[in-house]
Amino acid sequence: MAEAQIQQDEAVSLGVETRSRRQDFLRAFFSNRLAIFGTAIMGVFILMAVFAPYVAPYSPLQQHLPQKFAGPSFAHPFGQDELGRDILSRVIYGARISLTAGLAAVALATTVGTIVGLAAGYLGRWPDSMLMRLMDVLLAFPSILLAIVIVSILGPSLANAMLAVGIVFIPQIARVVRSAVISVRERDYIEAERALGAGDAQIVLSGILPNSMAPLIVQATLTLATAILDVAALSFLGLGARAPTPEWGAMLTDAFRSGFGVFLQGQHAIIFPGVAIALAVLSVNFIGDGLRDALDPRRRG
Amino acid sequence: MSIVVFFMVRAIPGDPAQILLGQNATEARVQALTAKMGLDKPVPIQYLLFLKDAVRGDLGDSIVTGRPVTMELLIRLPATFELTAFAMLVAVLVGVPVGVISAVRQYSLLDKVTSVLALTGISMPIFWLAMILVVIFGVNLELLPFPGRLGANTAITSITGIVLVDSLLTLNFAGFWDGLLHLIMPAIALGTIPMAVVMRMTRSSMLEVMNEDYVRTARAKGVVPWRVVFKHALRNAMLPTVTVIGLQVGLLMGGAIITETIFSWPGIGLYAYQSVSGRDYASIQGVVLYGALLFVLVNLLVDILYAVLDPRVRL
Repeated sequence: MAEAQIQQDEAVSLGVETRSRRQDFLRAFFSNRLAIFGTAIMGVFILMAVFAPYVAPYSPLQQHLPQKFAGPSFAHPFGQDELGRDILSRVIYGARISLTAGLAAVALATTVGTIVGLAAGYLGRWPDSMLMRLMDVLLAFPSILLAIVIVSILGPSLANAMLAVGIVFIPQIARVVRSAVISVRERDYIEAERALGAGDAQIVLSGILPNSMAPLIVQATLTLATAILDVAALSFLGLGARAPTPEWGAMLTDAFRSGFGVFLQGQHAIIFPGVAIALAVLSVNFIGDGLRDALDPRRRG
Repeated sequence: MSIVVFFMVRAIPGDPAQILLGQNATEARVQALTAKMGLDKPVPIQYLLFLKDAVRGDLGDSIVTGRPVTMELLIRLPATFELTAFAMLVAVLVGVPVGVISAVRQYSLLDKVTSVLALTGISMPIFWLAMILVVIFGVNLELLPFPGRLGANTAITSITGIVLVDSLLTLNFAGFWDGLLHLIMPAIALGTIPMAVVMRMTRSSMLEVMNEDYVRTARAKGVVPWRVVFKHALRNAMLPTVTVIGLQVGLLMGGAIITETIFSWPGIGLYAYQSVSGRDYASIQGVVLYGALLFVLVNLLVDILYAVLDPRVRL
């Protein structure tokens, strides 16, 4: 390994391109065991979400009241919930809702945040200070608190919870993009593009954005982890998914709220959805950490 | 440049807070509040007007109880303070030493285990952790009492509103013990995320500092290892950690809403939840105002601590 590395370095110093950046990145990413673990778990969750109707043994909404809080069995490996619904099926369908909600929130935050960050970083001067001050105002509130305010203004629903969480994370993305843009803006190749007569739009899209991607991807991934948690938390507070939607946070809350009976007979009902959330978030965090280490050689170690 | 950004972050949060008082708030109250926060001029007026339109009603009285929101908040402040202070204390007392040990013994088994545990801690929903604690220690093992701050048979004289302090002042040791037992589960639920964050930050900044020239110099001139770690490295590594602790204290408000709801802890977090589910706009605004205010104050405190820790920093 060490010898190969030395040869590699020699090859590079001789001006021979032996590895592309993509290969470099993939090698670094997949040499991280936790990142592989995270990717594998996330892959399972995504498959579950996509093929939910084929994978789930029962309908997520079918109630069997006589079997309220029935424990895990062969027919129902994760047991049944407060309305006798199959928890395994609900966890599988929940992957669709919880992951989509998290992704939608991050997509919103990333799109708006990138535009704001690009504009602020590239234009500089007053658009920069105006936009970033706006971002600072958003940043000044604890994120859940801000999300709560937004949802209570818009009205409680899963869509609004997604929207609120998305808005809350705009400033973080914008800041990351902005600082990446500023560090790229004065580079020689941007100057070269300008000298060749490229317009602002072309410079931003072909010169600046691709070279600012690394920190953006890392930030967006780590934001996804928090977004999944925050959407679940909003559901817990009654501001997100509503019964009977099989969203993980709502499942936990419904089981917990359905009375202290949970504590004695239905304890399995608050285990599996929680494990699902924790595993999903953990795997996203592993992926995010792996990406950061692979994309930013200085932080490797 | 960074100083400007710092000051902007600190200068702006008060402004939406001021407008959050509502259209019906008297000029005097707005001014009093502005003065209290040390702000005299709102900056992003456009944004504030938007908020003003969006958040109708005023801080005035709670729709549900009819009492002034400020009073409702003050009644509940001691309970929340007690919970968050205790949670933060646990987080720092565990997070900093474990972070230091992980950094000093990098790549050891302990380092790997605690790193994964820390990441797991960040990845768990607080409300789920709280539920699991209740089920295991509250119901199955019956080790720890819940919900609330005190058992039904315990009475303490209220002086400060902080159970642990009041019970000690009145020499009510049974009350102190009961209060302490009630505090454990909520504090763990609330403190886990800050603990994990503090641990990760301490570890990474310790690792960075341990490679600095002055640490190598200290080692080279024969300073005993523990002295190098604590005197030379830790003090410098504490700066980012202190920032993170400050940020976490500000963020604890979000966690407090969830934790207090599960444990029926009669603080501002539970009040926030009740206000949201009761659509009590005035109270929601009050809570948000409180949260933003706390955020600003804590950040100010962090800046002051910076100067104490690092003489190069001037306020």
